[in-house]
Amino acid sequence: MDFMTILSDSLQQALGPTAVVYCLAAIGLNVHFGYTGLLNFGQAGFMMIAGYSLASAVTVFTTSLWFGVIVGLILTVILALLLGVPTLRLRADYLAIVTIAAAEIIRQTISAAKFSDTFGGQDGVTDFISGFRAANPYTEPLDLGIVEWSAYDTWVMTVGWAMVAVSCLVVWLLMRSPWGRVLKSIREDEDAVRSLGKNVYAYKMQSLIIGGVFGALAGFTVALRSAAVGPSFFATDVTFFAYTVLLIGGAARVLGPVAGSIIFWFLITGLGTFFSQATRGENPLIPPEIMDSQQASLMRFIFLGLGLMLLMIFRPQGIFGDRRELALDAR
Amino acid sequence: MLISGHTPRSRFAAVGALAFVLFLLLVPTASAQASSAAPASTGQGCQYEDDEETISIKGCLRDLRETPPEPVPGVQVTVLDDAGAVVGEDETDETGAFDVPIPGDPASALGKTFTVQIDESTLPEGAGLRDPDQVELSIRFTTTSDQAVSFPIGDPLAGSAGKLTQALQLTVGGLVFSSLLAMAALGLSMIFGTTGLTNFAHGELITFGAIMAFAFDRLPGEVTIGGANITVIVGVLFAFALSAAFGWLNDAALWHPLRRRGTGVIAMMIVSIGLSIFLRSIYQYFAGAQSRNYSQYSAVTPWEFGPLLVTPKEVVVFLLAMSALFGTTALLQYTRIGKATRAVADNPALSSATGINVERVISIVWIGGAALAGLAGALLGLTQGFDYQIGFKLLLLVFAAVVLGGLGTIWGAIVGAFIIGLFTELTTLFVPAEFKFVGALLVLILVLLVRPQGLLGRAQRVG
Repeated sequence: MDFMTILSDSLQQALGPTAVVYCLAAIGLNVHFGYTGLLNFGQAGFMMIAGYSLASAVTVFTTSLWFGVIVGLILTVILALLLGVPTLRLRADYLAIVTIAAAEIIRQTISAAKFSDTFGGQDGVTDFISGFRAANPYTEPLDLGIVEWSAYDTWVMTVGWAMVAVSCLVVWLLMRSPWGRVLKSIREDEDAVRSLGKNVYAYKMQSLIIGGVFGALAGFTVALRSAAVGPSFFATDVTFFAYTVLLIGGAARVLGPVAGSIIFWFLITGLGTFFSQATRGENPLIPPEIMDSQQASLMRFIFLGLGLMLLMIFRPQGIFGDRRELALDAR
Repeated sequence: MLISGHTPRSRFAAVGALAFVLFLLLVPTASAQASSAAPASTGQGCQYEDDEETISIKGCLRDLRETPPEPVPGVQVTVLDDAGAVVGEDETDETGAFDVPIPGDPASALGKTFTVQIDESTLPEGAGLRDPDQVELSIRFTTTSDQAVSFPIGDPLAGSAGKLTQALQLTVGGLVFSSLLAMAALGLSMIFGTTGLTNFAHGELITFGAIMAFAFDRLPGEVTIGGANITVIVGVLFAFALSAAFGWLNDAALWHPLRRRGTGVIAMMIVSIGLSIFLRSIYQYFAGAQSRNYSQYSAVTPWEFGPLLVTPKEVVVFLLAMSALFGTTALLQYTRIGKATRAVADNPALSSATGINVERVISIVWIGGAALAGLAGALLGLTQGFDYQIGFKLLLLVFAAVVLGGLGTIWGAIVGAFIIGLFTELTTLFVPAEFKFVGALLVLILVLLVRPQGLLGRAQRVG
């Protein structure tokens, strides 16, 4: 058992590009769920639209990544409008089912063999990242002693954490404005807000769009991190993981998603490396009859599921949240 | 629904609106796609040696003009990959079987599309394909198991009749699938109706049934009655019973304590997501990631009804599913406990005040709902094999069925399941099979636009 490797792997993931992706996705969900009380289970759909826009801007339309960013943002706004029209008048559980269905529609359509000439089917799209690579100012890997990132990862992290910082600032400013206070009161009591003459539907729609745009930033980061996009990067579980990230840190807290993402990836990677080491080698810690290396890779998901349940039961406000702010119920 | 608040007229309007939506969906696509022949679900009686290491495309050529259908040997079959390169060739043997292995690792074929071509000039004198245009078929590997294709040989069918036959054939498959979907949907809807919980772990109840039936099937020994081997059928019933116990355990160990704590329904919904991830990983831990089949009924000769091919397996599955559905609805409609269940679904506080033991009713609903879901899973595993994700993949269609019919209603869940089930199968007439789920989910969203409470749901504020 090599605890230094476990620590170094965990730290690398906890601060690395993947944590940035889930942090941005969770910031979007924080706007939806934490502040407005909208149960959006289709965040993966927003991410996918954005990721594929970035990729196909280069591969299909042979323009720049900047063009892809703009198209991706426009498309996510359109998606939010399309989703919002039929769902925002519905109760929370209906909204959850419809958003999850919409994300799956997007995923199955984009990954269909019929469009494989454009979107690569199950293989996805690659070879679009050269412009971003060329702009990389780092030439050396970033070495902090116990943990090291490649020059490219460092570049993605720099851009990614900068986006996180800006996003957190935007959320902070929005939520302390009168507009943000209306959102929070919609979460607390929609009818009361309506009786004050506010257009609840419009506020919910704006919240859905803004949260979706943060989801789009997460989708861009996925494309940059992997230098590829594929349907498996945007499966339903991605949304669920993002919810776990949000709930660990604490919903309705500006920095909740940041803390949640770092802690989530630290624990998940630590568990993964621990069980992979415990089942590897000549004389493994856990005998192969009980657990082989394939099964070891599943242990972290077993713990993740269990953790999400226990978290929601015993500490729904997460680490930094306020319990009174999460007394949510379907209305 | 205990007390129906709206008139039959508004219900007709709802059905009419749905029919209109379906019509709108189908019309633009009808002309776009010519027939895409569906891969056959069985090997139609051919014997193949099963090889775990490689996957292959196999099939069986039968001359359907003879009764029983006669094997057609000596026909050249070629398999091409998506780039058009030849992957392998085979000639049908004296049983009419061919088997073209796909080179390389089974996982590498996942998601790839292969084209199977048949050389018409090698067909015997006088024999031709039933559908003369169908000299090639496309096959996509979505699991790492062998894929079977069929090229029905016989008198050519007239073009329109071919389409009609195809539609009928798809209806048969759609009815079988719908009956399974209805069982799963009924369980979900009953649980929602009585507890308000949108259970995202319902798919895992389905998978549980499939795995338990498989575990029983794998036990050494066989169960026979009068010489007939009924191991798998007994396995399905075994799964049904164990699922009921699993449902009770779910409620007693998790949901009942949560209700006592006063946990809100959204918190419970997120707990159910955690439970879903947890159980799915546990299943994969013990059952592995590969797709599995039960020992019996994987390859059987279909019965012919005119141009229709129906396998005995489909009949058994459909009859079992329908009797479970009728049994459950009769229980709900006529027995005391059934009436109590509907009363709790309608208004828990009021039924509690009238002396109904609400917690006992909820416990029974969990037992019944999980048993139905488990039975659906076991029978689904019987029809198409299963892997650890079978329930999770089905979950969205179950949700679609329940929401379409009206969340929490009993008849709504069944009606919704049959609409979604038949829709998914019949749309393959017009659009590629890979879009059939997409179509069903689009119907869900469109119906919610027109009629948010679902087809049979009571008109009330749902937002």
